Amino acid sequence: MIAQEIHETLKGTFGDAIFEAKVDGVLDPWIRVAPDRVRDISLFLRDDGRMLFDSLMLLTGMDYTKGRLGVVYHLYSMKWNHRIVLKTEVTVDQPHVQSTEAIWKTANWQEREAFDMIGVVFDGHPDLRRILMPDDWEGYPLRKDFQVPEFYNGMKVPY
Amino acid sequence: MDVTLQKEGAVADVDAGRRPATVPGLGRALRAEEMVINMGPQHPSTHGVLRLELIVDGEIVVDAIPHIGYLHRCFEKHAESMNNYQQVIPYVDRLDYVAAMSNEFGYVVAMEKLLKIQVPERVEYIRVIMAEFSRIVSHLIALGTYGIDMGAYTPFLYCMRDREHVLDIFEETCGARLLYNYMWVGGLSHDVKPNFQDKTRDFCKYFRPKIAELNELLSYNKIFKERTAGVGVLPPEVAINYGASGPVLRGSGVKWDLRKNDPYSIYNRFAFDIPVGMGIKGRVGDSWDRYMVRVHEMEQSVNIIEQAVEQLPAGDVQSAIPKRIRPEPGEVYVRTETPKGELGFYIVSDGTASPYRVKVRPPCFVNLSTVPAICRGSMIADVVAILGSIDIVLGEVDR
Repeated sequence: MIAQEIHETLKGTFGDAIFEAKVDGVLDPWIRVAPDRVRDISLFLRDDGRMLFDSLMLLTGMDYTKGRLGVVYHLYSMKWNHRIVLKTEVTVDQPHVQSTEAIWKTANWQEREAFDMIGVVFDGHPDLRRILMPDDWEGYPLRKDFQVPEFYNGMKVPY
Repeated sequence: MDVTLQKEGAVADVDAGRRPATVPGLGRALRAEEMVINMGPQHPSTHGVLRLELIVDGEIVVDAIPHIGYLHRCFEKHAESMNNYQQVIPYVDRLDYVAAMSNEFGYVVAMEKLLKIQVPERVEYIRVIMAEFSRIVSHLIALGTYGIDMGAYTPFLYCMRDREHVLDIFEETCGARLLYNYMWVGGLSHDVKPNFQDKTRDFCKYFRPKIAELNELLSYNKIFKERTAGVGVLPPEVAINYGASGPVLRGSGVKWDLRKNDPYSIYNRFAFDIPVGMGIKGRVGDSWDRYMVRVHEMEQSVNIIEQAVEQLPAGDVQSAIPKRIRPEPGEVYVRTETPKGELGFYIVSDGTASPYRVKVRPPCFVNLSTVPAICRGSMIADVVAILGSIDIVLGEVDR
């Protein structure tokens, strides 16, 4: 399926939860979806016979600045050899996105990383802990406004 | 359209049957309790600073929880603070530091797609040769150290000896033996030396018999087979769901290689096979299969190098390097097949000279996340066999 058809099918199934899409003039066509419906949409994309997106290639946490965060899902179907990008946006005050861990197990660690680095909270994740940074780290390092702390556990941070 | 959440359990329950229940044959009076054992971060078989928290019931692993991040050095943050896209390349080298050429290849292919640059033919050929050399180097280290994990020290030395020949070619080409900064966006830092083709042909001729030697020494060694065949079976549907790629996915019998299935650069011009795990010594997807896929891949890499070096065209390797890189606002995701698996770069540009976001999809990180699923129900000693067969480089896991 081409991105246009995927967008129309999703629109027909989930209606309001599917926002705009950009399918022309970009290298990777993308569809923006509602953060609180990601789970249903992902399950549909994985299991519907026309979609069969069996692999989540990459899950990225994004800081779009001005108080907006995002999650980007790069999906690929090994069966139909088609791909699509899902995007979802949340605010810094309410950074809640549904977890897709139960649909693609690979999301387990990738969501943990997005939580660790950007601070997106994945509702329904079974084990949402920091993964790369120390457990007692404060702040989210990949946010654009992140300031390196002067001290960490009483030790001066050089550099 | 019937969307239910019932199917979710399908993959999660695959390993439920392998979970140890009670100790058979021992009476009810026996008091058993689980114990937590730390494996790493300083442990020779974890191949770097990885800590595995093993929850064991006697000798049987109930759960394995990897703790990573000891080698985290903010690659993505560094990339965002660079004021030129070319400056990211030395950092990219240090992701999977035993196959630095392959990492650079992934990054420059992504950047060239974003910038819509067509690089000269000669550059493409040299890149493919270097990337395949790098696959041989990486697999030699993976196989050699796996031998050490299983108690065979000698094959490691033989692997290191053969690796030297490739590193010599790298050194002669660009001056570096491990971290090259060789592939630049649009070209290469140096053209190859005039004797490069002869040296490459000599290496191919030299190396083929060495693979047979390695097979005699290690692959079909009885002790090695006993330790790895049938151990750590990863079923294909679990592998796909966990996002595993590279030899880990192919070891499970899935014929999937981005060089064939989603071709980039000029890989569609070469004839080569995709080796997959067949389960001939144990079951499909066991540690021996993952090991053997790497051995066969080295043969295929030699095939590709031989074809490429014969077709190597003349030309300038720096003619397409842009003076100043300022991509249009936009984003791209490009994935390439490195020795470890699918290495992807998601690069977002906001139209300025420095990247807005560079996100790596590290194959080792994703492959490592399968460890808990594979290890549950296995013996403690087999955790070493499983970890070695996945072939992780912590520089890439932690970034």
